[in-house]
Order: sequence, then structure tokens, then C-alpha cells
Amino acid sequence: MQSVTLTINGQKVTADVEPRMLLVKFLREHLRMTGTHVGCDTTQCGACTILFNGDAVKSCTMLVVQADGGTVTTIEGVAQDSKMHPVQEAFHIHHGLQCGFCTPGMVMRTLDLLAKNPKPSEEDIRHQMEGNLCRCTGYHNIVAAVQAASGQTPVGH
Amino acid sequence: MYEFDYHRAASLADAVSQLKQVGDSKPLAGGMTLLPTCKMRLARPAKLVDLGAIAALKGIVISDTHVTIGAMTRHADVAASRELAAALPALCVLAGGIGDPQVRNRGTMGGSVANNDPAADYPSACLGLGATIVTDRREIAADDYFQGLFQTALEEDEIIAAIRFPRPDCAAYVKFKNPASRYATVGVFVSRKGSDVRVAVTGAGSDGVFRVAELEAALAKTFAPDAVASIKVPGDGLSSDMHGSAEYRAHLIPVLAARAVEACK
Repeated sequence: MQSVTLTINGQKVTADVEPRMLLVKFLREHLRMTGTHVGCDTTQCGACTILFNGDAVKSCTMLVVQADGGTVTTIEGVAQDSKMHPVQEAFHIHHGLQCGFCTPGMVMRTLDLLAKNPKPSEEDIRHQMEGNLCRCTGYHNIVAAVQAASGQTPVGH
Repeated sequence: MYEFDYHRAASLADAVSQLKQVGDSKPLAGGMTLLPTCKMRLARPAKLVDLGAIAALKGIVISDTHVTIGAMTRHADVAASRELAAALPALCVLAGGIGDPQVRNRGTMGGSVANNDPAADYPSACLGLGATIVTDRREIAADDYFQGLFQTALEEDEIIAAIRFPRPDCAAYVKFKNPASRYATVGVFVSRKGSDVRVAVTGAGSDGVFRVAELEAALAKTFAPDAVASIKVPGDGLSSDMHGSAEYRAHLIPVLAARAVEACK
């Protein structure tokens, strides 16, 4: 076992973990924060996306011990005072989801994208969201939601 | 995953000494290949030696003649570097097309080059630019470094510190990507420095990345897309899989080489 200390959604968390424990497993099963989803468990679908030191990463492909000393933001840390974040609001308004399984990862990825590129073009958005799979929407409304969240007129509106 | 021990290395020397101490230990860079391999129980390292905290292995240094990139520099940092975009833009384009954004936020140049996946992008840049692989103990020319599928000149306990690329007159990388994995079905890296032209192909070789002498000779004579568009590359020795036959890949090589020449800057 190895002792780790992380800052998760602003809270310091210390725990003893096995070196092989994945970050997503730590979040979901140790901390019971189940907003971060496991879809494919093979670094492809992006449902487990979280922010690590501000960058979107797939938490199914990162060890907790690698994250020791770092800062993690999960979907649980996005809304403030029960008020949805503008990115969440945009996914809601533009129907950027159907079943909702991919949505936590989509929102976390969008936060990183807009932090680095506040006014992405449609092409930028499609390229920059490649690491997140959605099996319901066909992506069109997700792109629209990201455009709206960046203060741009969504495609086809 | 099988159990393993973990050590966060404080320096390159510390990492090498850890690898020497424990047999079957492996350096951990971004983990974008090693961790999925461990998860599938295809690898069983006794110890992972994490290189993530070694600041000296990160960063991009640009001189008049060379670009030197630390082994632990992430794809996202290479893709986003403005200085690099001015000095060697082909590398930014290549890095920006690896995997997906989340993978680029973790994956590193050194990890990719040490792994030498036959469909990875960076090996073609190393070979296509005539780079030098700088390790903890020596320098290895790219022409001597890549030795077949997942095989390199690295010793068991040897770690890449940086990769030094000579600055070309112009270069470009074009890949025909697998739409799901975004690995190269075929990727072609072309560079020109004076009359010296290099063409390196990834994704197609059943023995990993390779150069194409015939295309290099044609481009050395006339550096234009038309010079290679009609050259037939034989399919012998190329890989065949569900994504494309050897003949299909062979056909793509001059097509992508011509596009790379067109895109050269």
C-alpha cells in the first residue's frame, strides 16, 4: 500500500492505495463519487474523463499513485451551489445528450477545450471531442452545445 | 492488473538505478500504452518506475540547427508549442493528430519512441528527420534505433532522455488514419534539407517504420508531388489486416508522400 494525497474538487483527500488502483476506481469505489463513468475501460470512450491539474484525461488509464500530489476535478465539482455550470446548461438546453451515460465525460472534456480555445470553430470542436464517444446523439447536438457554451451560435440554429 | 510495486523517480539516474535493481521493472512515461497493456494482463511488470516527476525530461529547446524535445514532453505540449510551430511545424501537426486530446494530455514522445508501435506516428518523424535518440548513457541515430516490431536499440534498463531533430528546410507528415484508433493505417513523413530528402513510412511495414529509397531518390531529383505520384511501391513485406491489405497500403505510400510534399513547409 502507498499513501497518496490528492485535492479532489477542492477537498484534500488522503488514502492508502495499492499501486495498481486506477484513478477512476478510487473515485467511484473508494470515494463513492459515481458521476465519473466507466464505459469501455480501454482508453477509448472518454466517459471517465476528469481534469487532472487542469487537463482532461481518461481516469481509467491513470493510476492513483501517478496522481499523488495533484489536483482532480470531477463532474461532481462542476456545478456551484446547486447551479449548473454554463457548459452543463448548454448540454441541457441544446439536448446534447439522450441516455446521458457519456455526458459527464463530455462536460469535463468541454471545460478543458474551452479553457484552452474559448471560441473553437465547428471543425475544432469535432476534432477536439474525438476522445469522447456518444452512441445516442450522432454528435450534432453535442457540437451545438459546445458552440453555445462558448457564446457562439450553434450549428443549424 | 497484476500487482506491481511503484516508485516515482526523482531523477533520471534514480530511475535507471531502480530499473537495474528490480528485474522485470519498467519505466512508466504517460502510460497510454503500458497501462492498457497491464490492464489486459498482457504485461506483468514487477515494478513501475514513474518518470512523470522528472522535470529535466520535459521541455522543448530550439537552436539554429536543431530542435531538442525532452522525452517526457507530452503530445499536447508539442502540438501547442508556438516556438516549435515556427521552427518545425510538421512535428506540431503530427503530435496534434495522435490518439485524442485526453491521450495527448498524458502520452509522451519518449514513451511512443521507446514503445515503437508499428503504427505510431513519432517513429516516422525520428526516421524521416534523421533524429538522434539521446538516452541516459549514449546517443543513437534513428537509422540504427528502430529494429522491428516494438523492438529498439534500447537496453533493458536504458531510458530515453530526449530526442534531437535536425531542423530541415521543410517537412510534413500526412497520415491515413484508422478512424477508430487514429493510429496510422499508413503515415508518411517527408523532409528536405538541401539535396537530402528523407521519406519515412509508418503503419505499413510488417517490421515497423522504414524509409523508401526510391521515393527519396525521385524527390532528391525533383522535389514535387508529381515526382512520386506515379511510382509504384511493391506490397511485399507490408502488413495486411482487417483495415487494409498490403497492396492497399503500398498504394497509399506514394499517394501520401505526394500529399506530404505538397504540404511541406
